[in-house]
Amino acid sequence: MSAPTPKSFAHRLFIKPSAVISAVWLVVLLLAAAFPRLFTNQDPLYQDLLATLKAPGFKGHILGTDDLGRDVLSRLVYGSRSTLWGSSLALIVALVVGVTLGLTAGYVGGKVDMLIQRFGDILFSIPALIILLVVYSVFPFNIGAAMATLGVIFSASLSRLVRGVTLTTKEELFVPAAQVSGLSKPQIIVRHLLPRIMSLVIVQASLLASVSILIQSSLAFLGFGPRDPQPSWGGLIRTAREQLTAQPWLLVAPGVVVALTVIALNIFGDALRDTATERWSISKIKRRGRASQQLHRTPTPAEPRPRALLSVQHLSVAFPGEDGPALVVTDVSFDIAPGEVLGVVGESGCGKSITAAGIMGLVPGRGAVTAGAVLFDGQNLAELSPDQLAEIRGRRIGFVSQEPMVALDPTWRIGRQLAEAIGHHRKLPRAEAMVEAVALLEAVNLPNPEEIAKRYPHQVSGGQAQRIAIAYALAGNPSLLIADEPTTALDVTIQAEILSLLRKLGTDRQMAILLITHNWGVVAELCDRAVVMYAGEVVEEAAVSKMFHAPLHPYTQGLLRSNPHLATKGKRLPTISGSVPLPSDWPHGCRFCDRCDQTLDVCSTAPVAVSTPLPDHLVRCVRADETVRALQMSATVTHTAGSNS
Amino acid sequence: MRRLILKRLAFAVPLLFVVTFFSFALVTLSPTDPARIVAGPYADETRVAQVRTDLGLDRPLVIRYVDWVAHAVRGDLGESISYAQGVSVTSMLNARIPTTLSTIGSALAVVMMAGIGLGVLSAVRGGGAGRAVSVFSLLGLAIPGFWLVLVLTKFLSVRWRIFPAIGFRGITDSPWQWFLSLVLPVFAISVGPVASMTKQTRDSMLDALGRDFVRVMQANGIPRRSVLYRHVLKNAAIPLVTLLSINAVSLIGAAVVVEKIKAFDGLGSLAVDAAFSSDLPLVQGAVLYFALFVILIGLLVDVSYSFLDPRVRVQ
Repeated sequence: MSAPTPKSFAHRLFIKPSAVISAVWLVVLLLAAAFPRLFTNQDPLYQDLLATLKAPGFKGHILGTDDLGRDVLSRLVYGSRSTLWGSSLALIVALVVGVTLGLTAGYVGGKVDMLIQRFGDILFSIPALIILLVVYSVFPFNIGAAMATLGVIFSASLSRLVRGVTLTTKEELFVPAAQVSGLSKPQIIVRHLLPRIMSLVIVQASLLASVSILIQSSLAFLGFGPRDPQPSWGGLIRTAREQLTAQPWLLVAPGVVVALTVIALNIFGDALRDTATERWSISKIKRRGRASQQLHRTPTPAEPRPRALLSVQHLSVAFPGEDGPALVVTDVSFDIAPGEVLGVVGESGCGKSITAAGIMGLVPGRGAVTAGAVLFDGQNLAELSPDQLAEIRGRRIGFVSQEPMVALDPTWRIGRQLAEAIGHHRKLPRAEAMVEAVALLEAVNLPNPEEIAKRYPHQVSGGQAQRIAIAYALAGNPSLLIADEPTTALDVTIQAEILSLLRKLGTDRQMAILLITHNWGVVAELCDRAVVMYAGEVVEEAAVSKMFHAPLHPYTQGLLRSNPHLATKGKRLPTISGSVPLPSDWPHGCRFCDRCDQTLDVCSTAPVAVSTPLPDHLVRCVRADETVRALQMSATVTHTAGSNS
Repeated sequence: MRRLILKRLAFAVPLLFVVTFFSFALVTLSPTDPARIVAGPYADETRVAQVRTDLGLDRPLVIRYVDWVAHAVRGDLGESISYAQGVSVTSMLNARIPTTLSTIGSALAVVMMAGIGLGVLSAVRGGGAGRAVSVFSLLGLAIPGFWLVLVLTKFLSVRWRIFPAIGFRGITDSPWQWFLSLVLPVFAISVGPVASMTKQTRDSMLDALGRDFVRVMQANGIPRRSVLYRHVLKNAAIPLVTLLSINAVSLIGAAVVVEKIKAFDGLGSLAVDAAFSSDLPLVQGAVLYFALFVILIGLLVDVSYSFLDPRVRVQ
């Protein structure tokens, strides 16, 4: 990825049309308040009783006149003064009080923090307008007092925001570092914390400004604004209300001005926030991907495989990326026989989970299956409609995920959730489904299934949750179970229990299992055959015993060597250097060649095809035949050596 | 659950204290003298001093506040000074409750149904519907409710005479008239909160849609309709309950203005009139009633919170 040329904040802000348009409107308002003569040469207080309630356009009155013949435009322009002055006052008070309280609460912490938080809670739950009425009744016509009070009420939301940022910033390294270098607390706050808070505070301030303009015009509308005949926006609407039948035009201009100002402040605030956060936001990339590309699927005819329950053939999955679709799974093929347990092995980022998602028709986000066939029980799943696929999922194929604690809806009781799935798949009424749910919980070896059924997901342990998740996947009596790292998140002892449960369920129910894992121990324990995936491709496929004794692909060999279960005691555990490259960086030739310790020149020139150097043993390596010969040789040597002794 | 309610009630005490003490303390700073108002503009200084002693205004602030609290807990909020002498504030305020309850209650119902409905629609449909909803929420937040009610009144009451232009009818009086009198004000004050609720519902739905259990349910063939409306929506609703209470607080402010416009005899219009005539006992009482309203809404929120989220209810 090329480094973007650094541009100033203002530059990035003002290339957004929304920011420019809203800023223009806000500048116009400021100009109107500061230099009203720029916009009108009429006196807002001059009464022309011969020209009252005129429609817009009457004799130089662009927006017409009010009930006393005063020019509406000039009253709007001059009225912006009191509105902006009041809002600025409220905002300044809110900023000073809010930022001070927030910084103190976040930085000092402890009891001070708690006190400030409670105070904020109270301010939050007070309807601002009601308090302002009290202030008004005590200080009639004193807008300053009312707006300062509003500022204090607003300070609650600001202080909360500032406190949050201060707390996270405090944890970071540079503040303790500054303390060590002998800066005093106030110095630290001014030099290090304030700059961090600025952008967030500005965004919040623009929102508060819009709310204060709305509240202020409501007050002026009620008559709690500047004293007559001084103009204000709310006061103009108040006049319009009195003349609703006589001159409805009076209502239009002030309403539109208030609404436009609030919209401008909101949009400007959004633009500020987007500019401040876009550096680390992914939303933009996503949007660009969607606009430019549609992923198409190339129909692939399926070859019949009468003996396989599931036959994945030349499956490819892609995601839209900035430079065209990015293939994350390429040309993956394997079969599973009924009742067979197949392990799919590889490091994370190799496309194992995406392959499983592709089989089920559930590729996340904007990704899609772009080629290949998924033959299940004679049906090509890749060609089914979403509704048809939903019929297969749950009833014919069950799914168990990696994180059992978040795999269930936390707001539903476990039994009810299971019963919902059972009721749907087996078309049972609720009561019978509930009985079945308890039976299923018993089938996954949970003690007191009735009691567990009444619990919520947060009330069970991780191991119990995974048993429940397995029960959930069994609700429709599927003939294939796809389990994505089902034991990774669990303790070692519980891992073993879950594995033996899966083995038992597979045998008892004649259920095939597609097990995704990076753990060779799990493969050895449970699987009949294994497929090794690297960088979106199948690199080796064989029966588990063959794979363990004679791995043909350097990646498989590396994975097996680095497996802690097979390590020799006292020796350092070897690892494969480097990590799985991102799909965009996959080499043109063999995708493993950058990390391989047995490369030839040909490895990096062209993609490598799969071959079967041994019966039922598939591998994607140019040196496969060579490796087989070497293995046979050493086998003969050991054999001869063995027979000689 | 019981602990939750107790916690909320414990919060209510400082809230009530701050609000009432603040308004009480402000009164002592007031340049307007309640004794002068009661005594009338032509009374001499000795008469005003006499009234001041009668009203107990010559005692220190704290004593008067404690006295006020002692009476308030027994339901005695003193007497109004701007209306006919001897009218108790409590009875005046109580008479206004049904109107304000109708307005705010209906508005809350509208905000909940329309806000959540539109939010779900835009989250589930996306694309055009999503954009329409974001335009609506921008406009809805910007248009002042009191302005909108005037425009609506102009067309729907003055010109076409569908809804009454002013006045409130009790529900026991005539349910149909009650409904008609509420349509415009409730619509007008709900638009803003509906807009923000819509946006928040949309965000909350999208957040809940990204949870693991949604993928697990889809992968196990739970129908989309059930995943969306029985599971995702319920999870999305948990943060929304809190937001609903924030919206309720802002509805109270809007209701005050709209009651005044529509000449509703509610708590809001009474508070405005009391503020105008510096009738401090009445203002004080109205503040207390609104604070109780907020506390009540908070309680309702907590109860519905624990209904939605078992992690709050069952430990």
